[in-house]
Amino acid sequence: MSVQEWTFLMVGISFAVYILIAFKSRAQSTSDFYVAGKGVNPIVNGMATAADWMSAASFLSMAGLIAFLGKDGSVYLMGWTGGYVLLALLLAPYLRKFGQFTVPDFIGERYYSNTARVVAVLCLIFISFTYIAGQMRGVGIVFSRFLEVDINLGVLIGMGIVFIYAVWGGMKGITYTQVAQYIVLIFAYLVPAIYISIIMTNNPVPQLGFGSTLVGSPEFLLDKLDKVTTDLGFTAYTENVKSKIDVFCITAALMVGTAGLPHVIVRFFTVPSFSDARKSAGYALVFIALLYTTAPAVSAFARMNLIDSIQDKEYSESPQWFQNWETIGLIAWKDKNSDGLIRYSSGNALEGVKPVYAKEKGNSGERVVLNKPDLTNENEVYIDADIIVLANPEIAKLPFWVIALVAAGGVAAALSTAAGLLITISSAISHDLLKKTFMPRITEKQELLYSRLATAFAIGVAGLFGVYPPAFVAQVVAFAFGLAASTLFPVLLLGIFSKRLNKEGAIAGMLVGLIFTAGYIIYFKFMFPELDTLDNWLFSISPEGIGFVGMLLNVSVSLIVSSLTSPPPKEVSMMVEEIRQP
Amino acid sequence: MDYYWKTNLKILICLLAIWFLVSFGFGILLSDWLDQFRIGGFKLGFWFAQQGSIYVFIILIFTYVYLMNKLDKKFSKDREEKGS
Repeated sequence: MSVQEWTFLMVGISFAVYILIAFKSRAQSTSDFYVAGKGVNPIVNGMATAADWMSAASFLSMAGLIAFLGKDGSVYLMGWTGGYVLLALLLAPYLRKFGQFTVPDFIGERYYSNTARVVAVLCLIFISFTYIAGQMRGVGIVFSRFLEVDINLGVLIGMGIVFIYAVWGGMKGITYTQVAQYIVLIFAYLVPAIYISIIMTNNPVPQLGFGSTLVGSPEFLLDKLDKVTTDLGFTAYTENVKSKIDVFCITAALMVGTAGLPHVIVRFFTVPSFSDARKSAGYALVFIALLYTTAPAVSAFARMNLIDSIQDKEYSESPQWFQNWETIGLIAWKDKNSDGLIRYSSGNALEGVKPVYAKEKGNSGERVVLNKPDLTNENEVYIDADIIVLANPEIAKLPFWVIALVAAGGVAAALSTAAGLLITISSAISHDLLKKTFMPRITEKQELLYSRLATAFAIGVAGLFGVYPPAFVAQVVAFAFGLAASTLFPVLLLGIFSKRLNKEGAIAGMLVGLIFTAGYIIYFKFMFPELDTLDNWLFSISPEGIGFVGMLLNVSVSLIVSSLTSPPPKEVSMMVEEIRQP
Repeated sequence: MDYYWKTNLKILICLLAIWFLVSFGFGILLSDWLDQFRIGGFKLGFWFAQQGSIYVFIILIFTYVYLMNKLDKKFSKDREEKGS
């Protein structure tokens, strides 16, 4: 069977399983729809949380990013796992004890204010839609590369599947499909990683393999990689390029942002008790760590393999995957010195962000690139970091079924996260905006209907993002984490740990965090991208890490404003007492 | 009640101090210095940044689960005794 047939088979079977599960677990009430009836086993919820959290970015992009960033890539590894410690210790059990349906619910009640609730809903919707745009791009890439269907058709198929199980199953349907999706995606990640680890180092555990010696040589893989990267003009693989303060702030912003993401928090509302919420966060991190500790191994293997398989080769002798991805438009080669050999080294190969191709072929048969070459360096190869995970099995020459499995895993990662986000958006609309703010008289049945309509609407918007992908997806990811860190996390944390924090303080804090962080990111990422360099940054902190400063500002402003205004009413301090008790 | 909350805060502070030490400490601020030591093919600072900190995070959460379950049990027992 060909790769394409294998992929149809694997993706087809996985889709059939998702629909079957959705059919078996339909939502009957609003509680089913929003929080799966609060009856999910903590280990099952841990698995669902892992799939909910690990998106197309974690599955497809992260290992590739780390492969090119080296040690700087650690910000993602620590940032996207360390947040679970904060969740388990500081938020999840208390928010579960509070016992409502959504994150804005807590903010609205704790700060006795519908204004606070609506501000929280707006932050939530912005964060969640930002995220969805990235998932749809992931589905599009997988479909166009492996099934050779039109990207738009791929997006439509994906949306259709999510529609079936999210609209009918609600949180209940999503929870159990996410469990299936976790199993698919973790197999798809581990199988090729184990294969490659054995091929390169004879060690079947990738986590140990990338610290082992290479097959047939006494040299450690990372030492060789350090040597090769330095020879090609890069910083050594195991050294930082970014400044310490920037690495610190990015890691902190990602950690705090993770803990403040509404679609992750709401997963802990689905377990039966507050002590289950703690346990569940622990299991979630175990399931996540399985992928996150494998990813840096995949990165190191991929960087090594990549250099070995293309360096100083003639184009006609370049591997098949190199030409396949060139066809998709994620690899480009510009023969700067016209010697017919592929030369990969540090620096940008081309001027401009993305390659623009001409119709004709060049002297060696490559796709001609219209961009001017960047003549300040000798690098001739443009590679999009997103392809590393998908191309890795091909680079290592693994069997076809492994390649197909990775494709199915990428789709599972994207769909599970998209579904979790959709349900978060729709419950914020139907529950917080309609039922709690603007239409308090609707019955539970009507609310359930509205939440289904809101889900269908959100899927429609997400589909548009997939068909017309915004060019700024990568930039807005910094936005999502920065905002979660600087708006939602502080008010949730202080709402539990300070009885004195009042409505004025919380609203002022959220607004200051929002304006500062959003302003900084918009200034450097959208208005003046040419100024986005170390010299212009505040305290040399990049826009990716500024959410941490926004969080500190939010906390200080909240506390100061609260101490100058009257304390919250007695019912609120009693509520805080209540959620602190077992 | 007061005792329960204060004990909880003490546990939190200890565990979060370790959380900070392994990630921001060993993985970032002290990372270059730790790189002079090695475990197998890893420089130690690099290992903490890409592997070790994650393993410690897991241990921290389960330690918290264990300690708090014990505290919850003690608390509910105390409350029963007072009630009767």
